[in-house]
Amino acid sequence: MEVHVQPKTRTKMFCGCAVAPLNAPPNTYVCEICLGLPGTLPVANKAAVEACLKTALALNCEIPRHTKFDRKNYMYPDLPKGYQISQYDLPMSVSGHVEVATRKVRIRRVHLEEDTGKLVHAGDKLHKAWESYVDLNRAGVPLMEIVSEPDLRSADEARDYATELRTLLRAIGASEAEMEKGQMRVEPNISIRRAASDELGVKTELKNINSFRALHRAILFEVERQTQVLESGGRVVQETRGWSEAEQRTFSQRSKEFAEDYRYFPEPDLPPLEVERTWIDELRRNLPELPSVRRARLLDHLPAAQVAVIGADRELADLYENAVARGAPALPTANWIVNEVAPTGKLSPPENLAELMKLLHDGAITRDSAREVYVESVETGRTPAEIVAEHGYAQVSDESELRVLAEAVIDANPKAAADYRNGKKQAMQALMADLRKRAPHANPKVANELLLKLLA
Amino acid sequence: MIDDLTELTIKDAARLLRLGSISSAELVTAHVERIERLDPHVKAYLRFTPELWESQADEADRKIGQGEAPPLAGIPMAVKDVLCVRGVETTAGSQILRGFKPPYTATAVARLFEAGAVMLGVTNCDEFAMGSSTENSGYFPTRNPWDLDRVPGGSSGGSAAAVAAGEAMIALGSDTGGSIRQPAALCGVVGMKPTYGRVSRYGLIAFASSLDQIGPFARTVDDAAITLSLMAGFDPLDATSSDRPGLEVLNSSGGTVKGMRLGVPREYYDVKGIEPGVKAALDAALFILRNAGAEIVDVSLPHTDYGLAAYYIIAPAECSSNLARFDGVRYGLAEVDAPNITDEYMQTRRKGFGTEVRRRVMLGTYALSSGYYDAYYLKAQKVRTLIKRDFDEAFKKCDAIVSATSPTVAFPIGSKTQDPLSMYLCDVLTLGGNLAGLPGISVPCGTSDGLPVGLQVLGPQWGESVVLRVARSYEEASEIRAEVASVV
Repeated sequence: MEVHVQPKTRTKMFCGCAVAPLNAPPNTYVCEICLGLPGTLPVANKAAVEACLKTALALNCEIPRHTKFDRKNYMYPDLPKGYQISQYDLPMSVSGHVEVATRKVRIRRVHLEEDTGKLVHAGDKLHKAWESYVDLNRAGVPLMEIVSEPDLRSADEARDYATELRTLLRAIGASEAEMEKGQMRVEPNISIRRAASDELGVKTELKNINSFRALHRAILFEVERQTQVLESGGRVVQETRGWSEAEQRTFSQRSKEFAEDYRYFPEPDLPPLEVERTWIDELRRNLPELPSVRRARLLDHLPAAQVAVIGADRELADLYENAVARGAPALPTANWIVNEVAPTGKLSPPENLAELMKLLHDGAITRDSAREVYVESVETGRTPAEIVAEHGYAQVSDESELRVLAEAVIDANPKAAADYRNGKKQAMQALMADLRKRAPHANPKVANELLLKLLA
Repeated sequence: MIDDLTELTIKDAARLLRLGSISSAELVTAHVERIERLDPHVKAYLRFTPELWESQADEADRKIGQGEAPPLAGIPMAVKDVLCVRGVETTAGSQILRGFKPPYTATAVARLFEAGAVMLGVTNCDEFAMGSSTENSGYFPTRNPWDLDRVPGGSSGGSAAAVAAGEAMIALGSDTGGSIRQPAALCGVVGMKPTYGRVSRYGLIAFASSLDQIGPFARTVDDAAITLSLMAGFDPLDATSSDRPGLEVLNSSGGTVKGMRLGVPREYYDVKGIEPGVKAALDAALFILRNAGAEIVDVSLPHTDYGLAAYYIIAPAECSSNLARFDGVRYGLAEVDAPNITDEYMQTRRKGFGTEVRRRVMLGTYALSSGYYDAYYLKAQKVRTLIKRDFDEAFKKCDAIVSATSPTVAFPIGSKTQDPLSMYLCDVLTLGGNLAGLPGISVPCGTSDGLPVGLQVLGPQWGESVVLRVARSYEEASEIRAEVASVV
C-alpha cells in the first residue's frame, strides 16, 4: 500500500502559504514560490519534517543520519515547476513495521514530498473536456508517503492496516488523517498468485479511493477481476486503475508497461538534511503511548470487542482510562462508551462519566435515566449528581415503598399473577412491565425480588 | 571641477554627494545622457527603468539632505536581466518570458535598493545566462565598448559593457561558469563571483542552481567589494545562503600581498588556446605581484581537463529541470492553438527558446535519463568532487590562485556562433571556481592588441577577503585601473 498523508502543519512544505481549507476558492492560497515563478526557491518546513520523523518513529522505522530531497521531473499543468520535490534514494526513514491484528506489516519507507495542484475539467470526462482549469491551492502542501511491503493478504487486512495508520497518526498528532478531506489517500497495489507459489503476480495500482469502505470494496472488486482474467486464460496488465464510487468498479487509467522516466536527481536548492540524534531522541521521548501498546494494556481487563472500539480512538481510550482512574467500574464504563459514546461522539469530562457510572452501578438511577442524565450533562456541563437531584431521577430501592407498589401490580393483573403461580414463568414480564410503567424510577432488581416473594 | 560624473568611483561619488557638490539626480542624469549617446552603439541595456531611477534618486537626495545617506545612496546601477525586480519586465534574455513582470524583487537587488542604489535599467545577456558572448540573447547582441565589432563576453555581457562604457557605475551579474569574470575581463572592468552561498539566489532566474552565484561589476576592486558586502549574507528565502565570515577586511584600506603565496596552476598557465598577448599580460602581472612581495608558487589542478566535460553535464542537467516551468501555462509566451497539452508545450518551447537553450535542455535531459544517469550525471558529480579536492590540495601550498581569466581577448561577433564547443572553451579557466564553489575575481591587467586582458584571482571557500586583498594589491601596484571606454 502507498499511503499519502498530509501532516498537520500551518504552512505549506516549501513556502509560507497557509494550507488551504477544503473548498477554498481556487488559487487563493498561493504565492510566488508555490506558483513556481522564476527565481523563487524552496525552504523546507521544519514542522513537516518533524511530523514525518514522529510518524517514522511510531512505525518503528530507522532514521538515517543523512537525508535529502530530490527532483522528480515530469511536465503536467498541475505541477508548476515541472518537477515535484520528493525523496528518492535517501528517504527520511526506512525499514519499519506495524502490528495489524495478527499480521506484522513491514514498512519500506516514510518520506516527505509536496503535493501537486489539481485540474478541473469543464465537461463530464477528461477526454471530452473542452476546457481545463488549474487550481494550485494544494500545490506545495506537505505530504508524507508511507510505503508498506507486500505483506497484506486480503481486503480486510488492507482496511485494518489503513485504519491502524489513521489511529496511529492521530494518536501521535502527526495528522488529522481525514480521508474525506483528502488528508489521507490510500493506493493499494494488488496482485494475486497461485496458492503455494511465492511469486507475486502482475500488480495493478488503485486510485480515487475516498473512504475505508471504498478501499475494501475496490480491493474485493479488483481481486475478483484479476481472478477472472487469469482463470479465463488472460494476463493482468500492469496499470493504474481508478475506483468509480458510482459504478462500484475499477477502470483502466494509465498503462505502466512503459514506465515514465522521472529523471530523479538531488534537489540543488535544498542542502542535504543532517538529522540530529538529539532531536530524534527528544521526539522519541515525547511520543505519546502508541495505540498498539495501549490496546495491549486495555486487553488485560477488557474483552476484545470493547478494546476494538475504545482502542481505535485516542479520545475514547482517554475517556475510559481517566474515568476508571476516578473510580468508575471498568466493564460497565467500557460498555457505556461503546454503546453510548462511540456512536454519538458526545464526550463527557471523565469525572462526570465516573460519577454517572457509580450512580448507575450502585443502583441509584436506572439505565434509562442514566442516558438522559449523560446527554444533559454533556450539553450543559453540569454534574450527573446535580441533574439527578433536580429531575428526581433517583431510583427507589426502599423495600417498604416498593412492597405497596408490588401489591398494587398483582391486584391489577390477576390473570398474570395466576399464570405465574401456575408455572408460566414468563408471566413475570407482564407484571414487571406494568410496574415500570407505574414507577419508572423503581429499582427493577428490588421490585422483581418483591414480586417473586409475594407470588411465592 | 568634475570632468565627467560617469567616471567616478563609489567612494568619490559618495563624498561629492555628501558634500552637496552634486546631487543624485545630477549623477543619474549624467549617466542617462551617456546612455542616450552610447547605448545605441553598445546595446548594453534591454530596458530602462525611468520610474525607478527618478524615485530612487529623489529618495537618495532626500536622505543625503537629512544626513542619513545609506552607503550606496544615489549610486547608478544596472541589473542583469536574470534578476527579478518587482514590476519590471524580467526575461532572462529570452523570448519565452517576454512581458513577464515578477511580483517580487531578488534579495540581492532589494538589499542594494535598501542601501540606496539607483536602478537605471535591465542589461542584456545570453538567454538564461547560457553563453560566453551575449550573442545568444533572445533580443540582440551587445557590443564590446572597446571595439564595437567584438563581443563583450558573456553571459553577463550587458552588465560588463555598461560599466565599461560609463553607462552605469556598478552592475549586477550572475556567474555559473564564468559569466561575470569572463565579460569583466573582455570589457576591462572588475567582476567578482563570490563563494557559493555568499549571496542569496532568491529572485535569480536559475540556470544551474548548484553553480549560480550573483556578483558585482565595478571599475575598482573597492567598489566591487562594497557592493558585494551590501548584498551578501544569509537570506531565509534561500536555504543555500550563509552568514559565514570572510568579508571582514573589505572596507579597510590597504592590505598587501607581502608574504602571501600565490599559486599558478600549470594547467591554467599553459591552457590550450591561450593567446600569446594574454600570456604576456599574465606574466607582467605575476612580475608585479612578485615585486610587491608575493611568493609565486607552482601548483597543479590535475583534473582541469575533465572540468569542462563535467560542467557541461551538470549545468545542462540542472537547466533541463530548472527550465521545465516555462511551459506557457501560467506566464510568458503561450502557444495555445495546439490540439493538446503536449503539443502546446512543444510549440511554446520551440518558439520561446533559442538554439543554445534547446541544445542544453536536450543534453541535460539525456544525461539524467534512466540508463544514462550513472554514466553521465553521477560520473560528473564524482569529477566535481575531484576538482574540489584539487583546489583543496592547491590551497595547502598557496593562499590564492592566479591565472588569466579568459584564454583570449574579446573575439569578433559571429566568429564562434557556429561552433558551440569553441564557445564552451571560453570558460575553461573560470568554471573550476563554480564547480568548487570558490570566490573569484577578474581585474584588468593591461591589454593585448589594444583589447583588455583580465587577471583572475581565486580563493578558498569563504575566502573573499583573501581574493580582494590580492586584487586590490595588484590594482595598486600595477597602477592599472579600469578605464571608461571612449567607444565612439
